[in-house]
Amino acid sequence: MTTRDYDDVPGTYVLDSRTYRRGYHLNMFLMTLNKAECREEFSQDEAGYLAKFKLSDEQKQAVLDREYLSLLHLGANVYYAFKLVSHDRKPPQVMYGQMSRPELSFEEFQKMMLSGGRPIEGNRYKDESNG
Amino acid sequence: MAKIIAGMGTSHVPGVGAAMDNGKTDEAYWQPLFAGFQPLRDWHKDNVPDVNIIVFNDHATSYSLDNYSTFTIGVGEEFIPADEGWGPRKVPNLKGHPELAWHLVESLMADEFDMAVAGSLEVDHGCTVPLSIAYDQPDEWPTSVIPLCVNVIQHPLPTAMRCYKLGQAIGRAVASFPDDITVGIWGTGGLSHQLGGERAGVVNPEFDKMFLDNLTADPLANAKIPHTDFIRDAGCEGIEMIMWNVMRGALNDKVNEIYRFYHIPVSATAYGAIILENTD
Repeated sequence: MTTRDYDDVPGTYVLDSRTYRRGYHLNMFLMTLNKAECREEFSQDEAGYLAKFKLSDEQKQAVLDREYLSLLHLGANVYYAFKLVSHDRKPPQVMYGQMSRPELSFEEFQKMMLSGGRPIEGNRYKDESNG
Repeated sequence: MAKIIAGMGTSHVPGVGAAMDNGKTDEAYWQPLFAGFQPLRDWHKDNVPDVNIIVFNDHATSYSLDNYSTFTIGVGEEFIPADEGWGPRKVPNLKGHPELAWHLVESLMADEFDMAVAGSLEVDHGCTVPLSIAYDQPDEWPTSVIPLCVNVIQHPLPTAMRCYKLGQAIGRAVASFPDDITVGIWGTGGLSHQLGGERAGVVNPEFDKMFLDNLTADPLANAKIPHTDFIRDAGCEGIEMIMWNVMRGALNDKVNEIYRFYHIPVSATAYGAIILENTD
């Protein structure tokens, strides 16, 4: 598989052709949550709604469990995943914190940002990162 | 003849719009940000152009994996705020400027920029939040708007240089528009931030300062930054900064920096704003 020169950036998921192909149906499902009628249908029966899309069992389970980091591994892009956390009426920092390693609660993520954000030092290359 | 009076760069974080829409701007978290907006808003009050070209990106709102263009110009009479998953923002609709928009399309195509043309476009926070930052909460926006979408999400993206050159071509296009109107151009998004993955929340004030300094004094340096440098040093979503290059390219070589504001955090981002006036 083609490599990219950003593949050595730690904890980073670029929406390139590899992600695009892996996550196409997952992201297109997430995209439907822009529509009120789809959000309503999803609320009524999440598994039933998911069955309408060509998702793998793993992708379906990650949606049902709101496992945001798994969703990224399975091809979701963060802007599309944003639709799911919004649907749950939760602030996005819940998702950002859950994806962080080590995992952070909403409060912990907010605290990290209020103290200046995650430092770039030690986070540029996989071999210097703890993540 | 039409004239570009100034450019503005600003982040377009959705949380800023939500804070305004839900009356939270006096809360301790938001207060420093909105205090920093005040000089910018004062400047905008005194410098309202006939039309603003707003360079922004759609965030899986009107465009998604099934169809995504690199550069899109909105040529419609009106643009409405989109439902991005939590209902549309309750802000005024945007009045378009079809005459200038079509002139841009024709001029840019002749200049070898193959633009996609959107007659109807529901605009997301990328476009409406900058309007709220500049103009607060009016009953209607004080200028017409031409939305110009750049793909900064679905790779391959246009290069930073291509964005700068698009800006230069926009500058030429505006200068050749026959009507005597004034034009503003806004580059939005950024600054350093990463929303997804184990490294979510990474920001880089040194990189942002370098970018803002170059924006005023050495814009070509920003145009030469490779995508991977943005991703590595400014975060995966920090690459939105290439849209500021479109804004800068449309201005004169020499500009006056009128205002700069930088603040961490806004949600998971470093917020930045700049106003650059064209010198004659």
